[in-house]
Amino acid sequence: MKNYWKRGEPMVLTAGATLAVILFMTLTLMAVILGNSLGYFWVKGLVRYKLTDGSYLMGQLTAKERHALTNVKRVQLKVGNRDLYSQDFRWVDESEVAERDIPKDAYLLERREHGNFFGFLKELRGSDGVAVAVDPVSLKRLHQATVQRQQGLKDIKDRMSSLNQASERLRLKVQKLEFRGAGAHAAEITALNEKKAKLTEEFDGLNEQLNQKQGELNKAVAVFSDAAGTAKELPLLEIVRIYQPNSMSVLAKAWAYLGKIRELLFDDPRESNTEGGLFPAIFGTVMMVLLMSVFSLPFGVIAAIYLREYAKEGRLVQLVRIAVNNLAGVPSIVYGVFGLGFFVYGIGGSLDKLFFPERLPTPVFGTGGILWASLTLALLTVPVVIVATEESLASIPKGIREGSLALGATKFQTLTKVLLPMATPGIMTGLVLSMARAVGEVAPLMMVGVVKLAPTLPFDGQFPFFHMDRKFMHLGFHIFDVGFQSPNVEAAKPMVYVTTLLLLLIVVVATSLAIRFRNQMRRKYTTSHF
Amino acid sequence: MSPESVDLSKHPAIIEVENVNLYYGASQALKDISLTMRRNQVTAFIGPSGCGKSTLLRCLNRMNDLIDSVRIEGSIRLDGDEITGNRTDVISLRRRVGMVFQQSNPFPKSIYENIVYGLRIAGINDKATLDETVERSLKGAAIWNEVKDRLHDSALGLSGGQAQRICIARAIATNPEVILMDEPCSALDPLSTLKIEELIDELKEQYTIVIVTHNMQQAARVSDATAFFYLGELIEMGDTKKIFTNPEKQQTEDYITGRFG
Repeated sequence: MKNYWKRGEPMVLTAGATLAVILFMTLTLMAVILGNSLGYFWVKGLVRYKLTDGSYLMGQLTAKERHALTNVKRVQLKVGNRDLYSQDFRWVDESEVAERDIPKDAYLLERREHGNFFGFLKELRGSDGVAVAVDPVSLKRLHQATVQRQQGLKDIKDRMSSLNQASERLRLKVQKLEFRGAGAHAAEITALNEKKAKLTEEFDGLNEQLNQKQGELNKAVAVFSDAAGTAKELPLLEIVRIYQPNSMSVLAKAWAYLGKIRELLFDDPRESNTEGGLFPAIFGTVMMVLLMSVFSLPFGVIAAIYLREYAKEGRLVQLVRIAVNNLAGVPSIVYGVFGLGFFVYGIGGSLDKLFFPERLPTPVFGTGGILWASLTLALLTVPVVIVATEESLASIPKGIREGSLALGATKFQTLTKVLLPMATPGIMTGLVLSMARAVGEVAPLMMVGVVKLAPTLPFDGQFPFFHMDRKFMHLGFHIFDVGFQSPNVEAAKPMVYVTTLLLLLIVVVATSLAIRFRNQMRRKYTTSHF
Repeated sequence: MSPESVDLSKHPAIIEVENVNLYYGASQALKDISLTMRRNQVTAFIGPSGCGKSTLLRCLNRMNDLIDSVRIEGSIRLDGDEITGNRTDVISLRRRVGMVFQQSNPFPKSIYENIVYGLRIAGINDKATLDETVERSLKGAAIWNEVKDRLHDSALGLSGGQAQRICIARAIATNPEVILMDEPCSALDPLSTLKIEELIDELKEQYTIVIVTHNMQQAARVSDATAFFYLGELIEMGDTKKIFTNPEKQQTEDYITGRFG
């Protein structure tokens, strides 16, 4: 028995048990997220209940419960139709249900507003007002036709958009000249204003055209009735997707599932971020992480090189090292406050006063934006990069350094030709750690540039292409926003899980790429330990 | 391999060490060392551990600069040019005085890149020159035939003896005047050691070699002149044959016969 303790068996078992618990918790986390998110896009069938009081209810079964005290079974139905009823979900006791059936012709509509609609098609009218046959095929055909014509209006909209931008640029020029002195530049100002007037004329003309065409398209409507028979007229353009879930085969449902995933990754969000896609959030998150790496990596590596190679060991260097290590422990929201004060108001405010005085008090850089957010997070992660670089430089055998110097290389040449390449795996590790940390930080971002809904992406086709002053969307903030600040939290819950899954996937992909690169580097320089 | 009695007029002095004292902080590691090393000769530094022979060797190419607390007094001259002091251009000194270390340290690059490293950092990047240098150096280090077909493979895949010869090739690539060797064979097996000793014998026709060694038999085999150090002092220096057969100082004789050290 004594031998058992001497061999350390209990310690080994404890270590193994602890590891098992950690693995179990990680797997449970993955399972919860996957379970709650993957099922969201699978089209659920519609079931119709006739209740004992004669009323009808139709919806998707979302939950079952047994009342703890009375032992009565009840089910939760997602009834949708938020504009007709006040709630999305309703609980129904088993005892209330007189009949139930699965109507094959029931429709599930995804809409631009007010959530999903469950009902039956009653009437169908084209944009010319003429009634069309009431069947699934003509509904889908008419819907597609209307949507395509709507896409056709895009050219007009694009032209209007560029007119708008040109006009805005002229307005800013005028504002700048006025700021410098209206009298001195009177002639220029008048000329610019004339140009602007012409643009406005063209814009107004196009706007009329657009409104007229749009009005026509809006006339294409479908009249649906819900389970109880209440009629609701829906313009076809309001409808995003049409399903008949009870008559879809498994293949059709799988195809719809893929379509929803495509929408998730590439489309913009709808309905207060609770429906639609995540593209702007994905874009914003990835761009911010890349920008942050661009700032923190060179800065951190150079600082580490100076600390290790060039600075004389002494009190000052020790203090700097302690300060760097403490930076890593500061709560991230403190970074947010610092970023707000220093970057946004301090530097941003000064930039505005120097370069955009005519636009004040509307801030350009003096408000949150992707540049300040990236810099704030770069500050957050710089200690990680510094420590990783220092450690990897320290682990290079002394003989390599001496060998290089003995051949007549300067310290700088030794660094750039031999030491830094060998330290690359360690620096990559620092990068991986810093990215993983930064992607998860939401609190500081809320103060320096993340918004619920950004009208434009920070990178687009207009000069200067990278718009560093624009606000952006972020997946982490999206989770918080959808989970706590949406009008209907129950309905939005699955979206929270989906966003979480997406965020995890992005982190896994980014870090896997970096780790792969690091392993390649490591194999090349086997004398390094990192 | 034992050198015959040499005509010193054919071997003018190349390195002169004069009254050198070296301190690591407060403790003194070299005490008033004065000696001369001659061109195209192999000079061996022998002595027990901690006697200062490696320290003196590292003074000859200013490698002691890497240690913060070191302070040197006295003068060392290479071919008349002063080595110690602030005015010396250490970079060009290290091109004239190459070094081979106890533990072979090839860079994690290809064999080719290892050899031409010294030239690249001097700014020479012309492929023809580099190719020619690689061949000359590898032949000079007696390893050309073994590696000529894998010049662009990593130098890390070589055996201990081969790696050390690559390091020697790397050192002679810059065409130095002097090659310093700090116990180059102590990590190698007897066969590799023999190969390197043969190599040293060939190299001395073109270069001057200073070798630190623990192995007295090696010193007797390989060197023309030997210097015996003990506790930071130069006890005796002279013709190798004389030192090993008829030393003047008692301490030298005790060390050689193995009574201590």
